[in-house]
Amino acid sequence: MTAYIVRRILYAIPILVLVNLLTFALFFVVNTPEDMARMQLGAKRVTPEAIEKWKIEHGYDRPLLWNAKAEGLEKATRTIFFEKSVKLFTLSFGASEADKRDIGNEIKTRMWPSLALAIPVFLVGLAVNITFALFLAFFRATYLDYSGVVLCVAMMSVSTLFYIIGGQYLVSKLWHLVPISGYDEGLDAAKFLVLPVVIGIISSFGSGGRFYRTLFVEEMGKDYVRTARAKGLAETTVLFRHVLKNAMIPILTGVVVVIPTLFLGSLIAESFFGIPGLGSYTIDAIQAQDFAVVRAMVFLGSVLYIIGLVLTDISYTLVDPRVRFG
Amino acid sequence: MPSPALRALLIAAALALLAGCSEAPWNYPYSAADRDRNILYSVFVDRPKHLDPAQSYASDEAVFTRQVYEPPLQYHYLKRPYELIPLTAAAVPQARLVEKNGATYSVYDVRIQPGIRYQPHPAFNPAHLALDRATIAGLRSPYDLPAHAARELTADDYIYQIKRLAHPQLHSPIFGLMSEYIVGLKEYGERLKKAARPGTWLDLREHPLEGVERVDAQTYRVTLKGRYPQFVYWLAMPFFAPMPWEADRFFSQAGMAEKNFTLDWWPIGTGPYMLRQNNPNARMVLERNPNFRGEPYPAEGEPGDAAAGLLADAGKRMPFVDRAVFTREKEGIPLWNKFLQGYYDVSGIQSDTFDQVVRISVEGDANLTPEMERRGIELRTSIAATVFYLSVNWLDPVVGGNSERARKLRHALAIATDWEEYLSIFANGRGVPSHSPLAPGIFGYRDGRDGFNPVAYEWRGGQAHRRPIEQAKKLLAEAGYRDGRDAKTGQPLVLYLDTTSRGPGDKPRLDWWRKQFAKLSIQLEVRETDWNRFQEKLRKGTTQIFIVGWSADYPDPENFMFLLHGVQGRARNEQGVNASNYVNPEYDALFERMRNMPNSPERQRIIDRMTEIFRHDSPWIGGFHPKNYSLAHGWLANSKPNEMADNTLKYLRVDAPRRDALRNQWNEPVVWPLLLALAVLAAAVVPAVVSYRRRERMSAR
Repeated sequence: MTAYIVRRILYAIPILVLVNLLTFALFFVVNTPEDMARMQLGAKRVTPEAIEKWKIEHGYDRPLLWNAKAEGLEKATRTIFFEKSVKLFTLSFGASEADKRDIGNEIKTRMWPSLALAIPVFLVGLAVNITFALFLAFFRATYLDYSGVVLCVAMMSVSTLFYIIGGQYLVSKLWHLVPISGYDEGLDAAKFLVLPVVIGIISSFGSGGRFYRTLFVEEMGKDYVRTARAKGLAETTVLFRHVLKNAMIPILTGVVVVIPTLFLGSLIAESFFGIPGLGSYTIDAIQAQDFAVVRAMVFLGSVLYIIGLVLTDISYTLVDPRVRFG
Repeated sequence: MPSPALRALLIAAALALLAGCSEAPWNYPYSAADRDRNILYSVFVDRPKHLDPAQSYASDEAVFTRQVYEPPLQYHYLKRPYELIPLTAAAVPQARLVEKNGATYSVYDVRIQPGIRYQPHPAFNPAHLALDRATIAGLRSPYDLPAHAARELTADDYIYQIKRLAHPQLHSPIFGLMSEYIVGLKEYGERLKKAARPGTWLDLREHPLEGVERVDAQTYRVTLKGRYPQFVYWLAMPFFAPMPWEADRFFSQAGMAEKNFTLDWWPIGTGPYMLRQNNPNARMVLERNPNFRGEPYPAEGEPGDAAAGLLADAGKRMPFVDRAVFTREKEGIPLWNKFLQGYYDVSGIQSDTFDQVVRISVEGDANLTPEMERRGIELRTSIAATVFYLSVNWLDPVVGGNSERARKLRHALAIATDWEEYLSIFANGRGVPSHSPLAPGIFGYRDGRDGFNPVAYEWRGGQAHRRPIEQAKKLLAEAGYRDGRDAKTGQPLVLYLDTTSRGPGDKPRLDWWRKQFAKLSIQLEVRETDWNRFQEKLRKGTTQIFIVGWSADYPDPENFMFLLHGVQGRARNEQGVNASNYVNPEYDALFERMRNMPNSPERQRIIDRMTEIFRHDSPWIGGFHPKNYSLAHGWLANSKPNEMADNTLKYLRVDAPRRDALRNQWNEPVVWPLLLALAVLAAAVVPAVVSYRRRERMSAR
């Protein structure tokens, strides 16, 4: 297994370089370093000297990808791309270009609110969706099943934004049950998280419930299930001990990969509920054209996604003894 | 014995009941301990970028910096027109003109009131000026350090800050401008560049600046090249607030920046408040500075202030509020609803809630709707010292230049573009059409019959009315474009509007622009572009027609009239503010005379003539001055809009018990939906369980 993991990590390096290159290219297709300087310095009373000073201070006074004036290897290394990208591999993210705040420090601070929202949504959502899907599978081809599928299709057809705005309107504005937005530290965060967590679960309920139902119904049609029933096993035993276990591979494919990315937060929910997490941080950076933060978050997202894929592969071996690392 | 799940449910229900028994509403978003404390609650939308007074220039940053930093001067809170009064200075300094080697210099002696003390801060404790990295790494805030100290404000602190404008590691937006005036500042910047060493604190006390000297412990002298009477307005901005050298030294220590402990984030001042909590992602908290000297609430205002209760606190020592909590709200819906629930004391009005809040009477007056009045909400309006205008590029061969043809074309467009309709459709009427470059409230602005623009309007029945479109068509024909076609070529006249409005929500606005030009059968092509490209086009002078705006730095006509000053043309001078690239030698000559004059009838006459030239040439096809609408709950006293001053927190007073009572009344929890949801869940689960049991008991078929 170790050799496999090492190999996957080595594969990840060129992927990360390419992701970096792509982010870099997309960003600089629409922005020159001068544009970035003007964006950050504002529109009022900006002198060409101030722009030059900003570029030098932020390392944007060099060529983008190729330094023709440099010698030897420095032609590639004394460039904006190299200098900005290499540091990322040491997880040194530098400072924001908009407000000079240390990005590493911001990530460390902001990952907790993101996790506080994402983990309950993920765990409770998974439990609710699987339970509901098993329920529908148990009552398959009955009115309960048909009604459940209709409910799922209806719920997955509604935009997350609608759930957020509708939830805020009903629960917070009309019924005054929880604060409409905000965040606090420690246990005080709970009252702010109730509504976004519930909405997060509801918004994924339709698609999740339907997806898992399909998996379970497919499994329930297999011979081993018929055999289990023929042996006289209770339906709950059949469902939980056999069907659920055998449906784990497709479930894990979709679930494990997102676990590491949970801490990147939710772009929309964090903005609407005033949760100061990493999703909100990324949105702010995109709006402010803060390349340092965008670059760091894209890199981090890529790393976490790769970690998620590796974990998924590892998890297969835990639930299916037939899977072995080659 | 109940099952674990049932037990958890019962505990949750008990907790919910207990929460209901406490006095705080369920949706109370703050700490329950603060419920009836003397705290003001407000919001901020965008993260502040800079809180360093040398760098901060944005109004959303001023909300914080202006409560902490105290420049020598401030604007009178109540009087209009805006009036400069001393803040830490003993008096508003007067320029003394000095001739030296054939050149004129303006000398300002600024005397500071004695006995003013800084807020308590660890930077004033010498033990904290040599901290090790480990100590810094363990801090969550600079205030976590023990043994805070303070000292008296001196003239040296003001000198230190002026020097910081030239600091090579800071980006002061006014360094370029001030270098033109403060003697030796430009060269000082060059000297500091050479003296600066990476990772080493640059002690500015060791580097004297020629144009700024210490006269005595309480007085400093600033020498400017030539005359620049507007300099006193800059003395009311945080750029000229004092900076103790200890603060600079404290935050320059290794390890501070990695913790985001910088002067850009942790201001140190003498003002009524100090920033104790700084989380620009969620919450900023200003707390009363225990060392603040106290300042009496103004005893004079403009007519109507006394009747409005704005003088009830005259002479009382400020500040009134102990703490101000600013919560970040990025989205409008939660912000508005929390204001209605009483959790924010003040709010603006968004377009989508405007009709819910304001009714415009037949006379055009804005009034609150009965629902808002029932809640005791108060509406405050003020016209911003801002102008948004539709401009032509003077360098453009079709619409620019001073030919008679182009001028008549611009006049026709000025008549056709119905700004009253624009404001009604797109701004809920929140604005007034502009008749000159000057915003209302600025010296030189004329109202009524004396102030209307006769090019686009005519005076009838005691009001300015837009001229009929037929007159515009006639002018267009005289310009050689009868029915929107070029008389020489027969080709339709196509004009181009450059704009950064390109979202789906902007389409109605762009269609409206096309409609205005179509009144004259002129085709308007909209060239949508991003902000960077738009700015580049302005710098290169390749636009044709565009919309831009300007917010005044200070209430002086110079700060508006320079938008049309020839040498400020953006295509010639990259930093120029004249985006239109307009040039008129007579206007320029008058501007040079007017800019350095004190307000006087003579200055008014010059402004009148400049306005006349502006209207005749019409480089702007009209525009408007936005009207700011803000709402405040009835428990907030002394709130009056002031477009120039941002240090307004100290004047506000909160009736916390009244607020608390109303919050409870407005936020009683409605529990039946919860019970209904539980009932629905039970109704869904119970038949399923019954059905499941029946199935389990069923014999094989």
